[in-house]
Amino acid sequence: MEVAAPQAAVPVIELVGVSKRFGAIQALKEVDLSLYAGEVHALVGENGAGKSTLVKILAGVHRPDRGLLKISGEAVELRSPAQAQAAGIAVIHQEPTLFPDLDVAENVFMGHQPRDRLGRIDWRRMYREVEQLLQSLGVELNVYLPVRGLSVADRQLVEIARALSQDARVLIMDEPTASLSPREVEELFTIVEQLRARQVAILFVSHRLEEVFRLASRVTVLRDGQRVITAPAQDLTPEETVRHMVGRELAALFPKEEAAVGEVVLEVRHLSRAGLFRDVSFQLRRGEILGLAGLVGAGRTEVARVLFGIDQAESGEILVDGRPVSIRSPREAMRYGIAYVPEDRHQQGLVLDFSIARNITLSILKRVARFSLIRSRQELKIAADYAERLHVRGGRLTQPVRALSGGNQQKVVLGKWLATEPRILILDEPTRGIDIGAKAEVHRIVSELAARGLAILLISSELPEILAMSDRVLVMHEGRISGLFSRAEADQEKVMLAATGQNRQSR
Amino acid sequence: MSDSSEVKRPALNLDASSAAAPSAPALAKEDRRAAASGGGLAHGLAWVRSWEALLLVLLVLSLALGSALSPYFLSLSNFSLLISDMMEKALMALTMTLIVIAGEIDLSVASILGLASVVLGYTWSHGLPLGLAIVLVLLIGALCGLVNGLAVTRLGLPSLVVTLGTLALFRGLAYVVMGDQAVSSFPPAFTNFGFGTVPGTLIPWPFVLFVALALIFSLLLHRSTLGRQIYAIGSNKEAARFAGIRVEDIKLLLFVLSGLMAALAGVVFTARFSNARADNALGFELDVVTIVLLGGVNIFGGSGSLPGVVLSLLIIGVLRNALGLADISGDIQNIAVGALLILSVLGPNVVRRFQEAASRRRAAEKGPAGGPAHGAARSVPEETGAARAREGGQRR
Amino acid sequence: MSTTTTRVEESRRRALSGGKRLVALVGRVRELGLIVVLLAIVALVGLQTPRFLTPGNFEQILLSIAILAIVAVGETMVILTRNVDLSVGSTVGMTAFVCADVLKNHPQTPVILIVLLGCALGAVLGAVNGLIVALGRVPAIVATLGTLYLYRGLDSYIAGGTQVSAYDVPDSFLSLATTHILGVPALIVFAAAIALIFAYLLRATRTGRELYALGSNPEAARLAGLRAERLIFLTFLLCGLLSGFAGVLWGARFATVDSGAATGLELQVIAAVVVGGVNIFGGSGTILGAMLGAIVLGTIDNALTLLKLSQFWLQAIDGAAILAAVTLDALITRWLQRRLRSGRQR
Repeated sequence: MEVAAPQAAVPVIELVGVSKRFGAIQALKEVDLSLYAGEVHALVGENGAGKSTLVKILAGVHRPDRGLLKISGEAVELRSPAQAQAAGIAVIHQEPTLFPDLDVAENVFMGHQPRDRLGRIDWRRMYREVEQLLQSLGVELNVYLPVRGLSVADRQLVEIARALSQDARVLIMDEPTASLSPREVEELFTIVEQLRARQVAILFVSHRLEEVFRLASRVTVLRDGQRVITAPAQDLTPEETVRHMVGRELAALFPKEEAAVGEVVLEVRHLSRAGLFRDVSFQLRRGEILGLAGLVGAGRTEVARVLFGIDQAESGEILVDGRPVSIRSPREAMRYGIAYVPEDRHQQGLVLDFSIARNITLSILKRVARFSLIRSRQELKIAADYAERLHVRGGRLTQPVRALSGGNQQKVVLGKWLATEPRILILDEPTRGIDIGAKAEVHRIVSELAARGLAILLISSELPEILAMSDRVLVMHEGRISGLFSRAEADQEKVMLAATGQNRQSR
Repeated sequence: MSDSSEVKRPALNLDASSAAAPSAPALAKEDRRAAASGGGLAHGLAWVRSWEALLLVLLVLSLALGSALSPYFLSLSNFSLLISDMMEKALMALTMTLIVIAGEIDLSVASILGLASVVLGYTWSHGLPLGLAIVLVLLIGALCGLVNGLAVTRLGLPSLVVTLGTLALFRGLAYVVMGDQAVSSFPPAFTNFGFGTVPGTLIPWPFVLFVALALIFSLLLHRSTLGRQIYAIGSNKEAARFAGIRVEDIKLLLFVLSGLMAALAGVVFTARFSNARADNALGFELDVVTIVLLGGVNIFGGSGSLPGVVLSLLIIGVLRNALGLADISGDIQNIAVGALLILSVLGPNVVRRFQEAASRRRAAEKGPAGGPAHGAARSVPEETGAARAREGGQRR
Repeated sequence: MSTTTTRVEESRRRALSGGKRLVALVGRVRELGLIVVLLAIVALVGLQTPRFLTPGNFEQILLSIAILAIVAVGETMVILTRNVDLSVGSTVGMTAFVCADVLKNHPQTPVILIVLLGCALGAVLGAVNGLIVALGRVPAIVATLGTLYLYRGLDSYIAGGTQVSAYDVPDSFLSLATTHILGVPALIVFAAAIALIFAYLLRATRTGRELYALGSNPEAARLAGLRAERLIFLTFLLCGLLSGFAGVLWGARFATVDSGAATGLELQVIAAVVVGGVNIFGGSGTILGAMLGAIVLGTIDNALTLLKLSQFWLQAIDGAAILAAVTLDALITRWLQRRLRSGRQR
């Protein structure tokens, strides 16, 4: 399936038969990949397909168990990020890792500042060079500004400038557009084109196919740690690519049961929080799954946090069962029957050092205790009950959840919240980073819950998931509601247009 | 596959086709069995390799050292003395354990002790009935704790810095109250509580107090819902908050408890020495923190146990007593205490690094085919865990 | 469409420059604030007691903090990397005693050798801290709490209850603390020189900037290829070395030294550094700020004495100053974040 190189005969960088394994998980298996100067090579695949492991191998963070890494045809071993950088490989992260206290110029040149003959940092030259660098990219950015407080897009620019300042020949962009506004995405693409013209080899990791097909000359698809196909972009259609990524028909993935939609349990009126979202209103009914779509950073999670009492809204109303309520803490939210499965499983959803059982009972300690003393048998009984119902696999109840796979961890989080017997369930990216099988299971569970009368708010960045699961689809764009579609109306195009804010202009 | 989970856990399913494999009910059943039989042999084996077991060995070694150093060491009256000498630190270690497990620290405890002692002496010598004075002092201790707690929970300041500040502030206030004066005449009933013993035995009264409190705190930490929430806060503050735990309120409560306990220790100290001075218990916070860390409590929170802390208390007590009997001054005893503190963290770190290096080598030799299931916990590419370990923290 | 674009760009540019001014202002606010506090104290106390305003008294203030300031330079570098050194008081005490004791037994030893001995001893003690923290991966607060005990204990062991008094050491040693260089007391010159040199190094060398980077984001530092272990070891080594030098000066200044010398100094040093605006979590702050912090605390102490307030207030005020400084920082940060958030208002 390998296609001829677009330009040079020798790839700048090449992976040959690379395998990597983490414990029981085979993250990569015999993967080949080649990158040529001046090409944009897209790497696509579902979450958990092995994309980030591959990126980390190229970045010198992980070393492959088997296989070769060749730079300009020569086999090399990258033992650290520093060595990868020295070899001319730079990574632009989705969330840039920079030094918040230092200014833009220092961030660009940290570790390789220009020096005068006495070995002192030549500050004036440094600022000048960074300014020139940014100018050559057509970017306006104040080089004296501390990085703390810059937007994600600007911080990515700093990382790109940093890569160029080190004469990087290979640029790996790991889902760079995930947190960008459409405007910022356009700006980024202009820069990518420029870099391509400068003969930089670019690996563009993404799961947004429209971006992939706009930018890339070649596409490699990963699935379950293996390479499925590498082909010139013009030889592939988005539909084919999706089939390669998923490896099955879409419909089979998302079982959605019909459920009787009942009365309104949660209503939000004109909810606002400065700088994050504005004038958000919607209703959520019993037995309904309301999909909340939008780009990352559109303000969806921020709304959820307010509903769950983690942050406070500055204006607007929340009504539960038609009565206005004030939710000042997660505890109060739980009292109103609200549960929230957060997007960051490791930081917010789980206590990784706690056992499965202890995680499940964390929010219902009162129920497993008598006179404030925990009855471990009662605790294990309840935990076993939910673990069984949700098919949690991979460990005994008394083992730490740290050792579980992402999918099973997510089921533990779900179990924890179902144990509170909620009436309103907010799911924030519930299938992010879990494998396909577990994903289908999570969908089945969510659908069953709706059928049993739960009101579910489903936040997801994966359109197919939203479209397949939701009774209605609410779309947010830059902090505002930009669309609301019934199940029948909603399709990929309409939702995407609303999510990118283009539907308003066309009206 | 479902039957073998006792020895080797079932492999994690990556393959979608086997996603609905029926292993879950079997697992759950087994868990119930394990719960019913209460752990058994595996549990016992785990204990032998635990930190507490190591502490027990250390305790035996220090007892041996003591009897080698002095013939008076192994006598009941010496043990009575030894225990008596530890009481203030022991009391403060109880609350310090909870605070450190919750991911915070309180360096101001010895200063609160000093302040409490001085206020007790001052008010009593100025005519306040002793009982009232004690109540007042306990209130002041709680108030000091409240100051710490509010600064940490309401202003979001790091407890290390806050309590370093109040360490100076509260001690300073003690000097403000009494300067370099001392009150040293207290009613006999009070001092009898300090250095008296339970009639007919050599058990010091403060020890009775400590045992009662230690039992209450053990129950609180290891059995109660509050204790569970403290561990959750220390392991992952954000997840605890998302689970509806009142993180800030619980922390505030712990700081208030710590202040209260330090004031109580101040009362005991004053009674034991029949002496109220501003520099009472100067530097005790170091001993208390050492005891807690040596007891196996993670400085970054989330793990540790009170039995471990009690063992470590005994080790430090025995060590100081033995060295004292050998005419080694308190300052020089600090060499041993300081070294123990460092080794208690350094030792496990070094061992783990060797183990990791060894398992990496083994993995490299074995190739990608093998790989034990439990390796997943350690080597799964989680930046947060790795970063935390790199920054030097986790042990055990 | 094009008009919207330019409008958006314009507002963005305005936000940029506004943000810059805001952040630059806050960056300077700590040092400016300290100077304001300092001037306020000077004015208030000066009105009460004219003697406060004499050059002699200012010299007195600087003298009183000179040794502390030298240690604070080292502590600043350690704290910048997200660590802390609690053992500095013990290091100063131990070098002070050892140096004085060597002179007592060998009065002929040239002073320069004693200075070198002090620095070397301090460097060794600092290196031990550095090894435990950087290689042993023991949290700095635990490691240096341990060595605080350990070094003080060793000091007591060496001293064995003895003390060295002014009569035991040659005048040439004592003159280290009493001579003047160009009319300025040598202690002040030493402290100022060290502060300037290290402030310059932090600004002008890659290593200096890397300390900031490491404290600002350890993960990013690793990705940028900085060698964290080496940097951390280096800061502890330097902090030990400076504490060693400070120990020599301590011996010379106070003449009478026993094993309790400089007990609790670590607290005053950290107070000065934190009051001077160095972030206790690393990444930001300057040596100049730490020096200002030391001067402010020294001035308060001095004013108390002159106002005949009880010396017993000193410690309480040090503590209150730490609390006030970190509270102020927290409030400023919170305010700044709110401003930045609403600046991005949609």
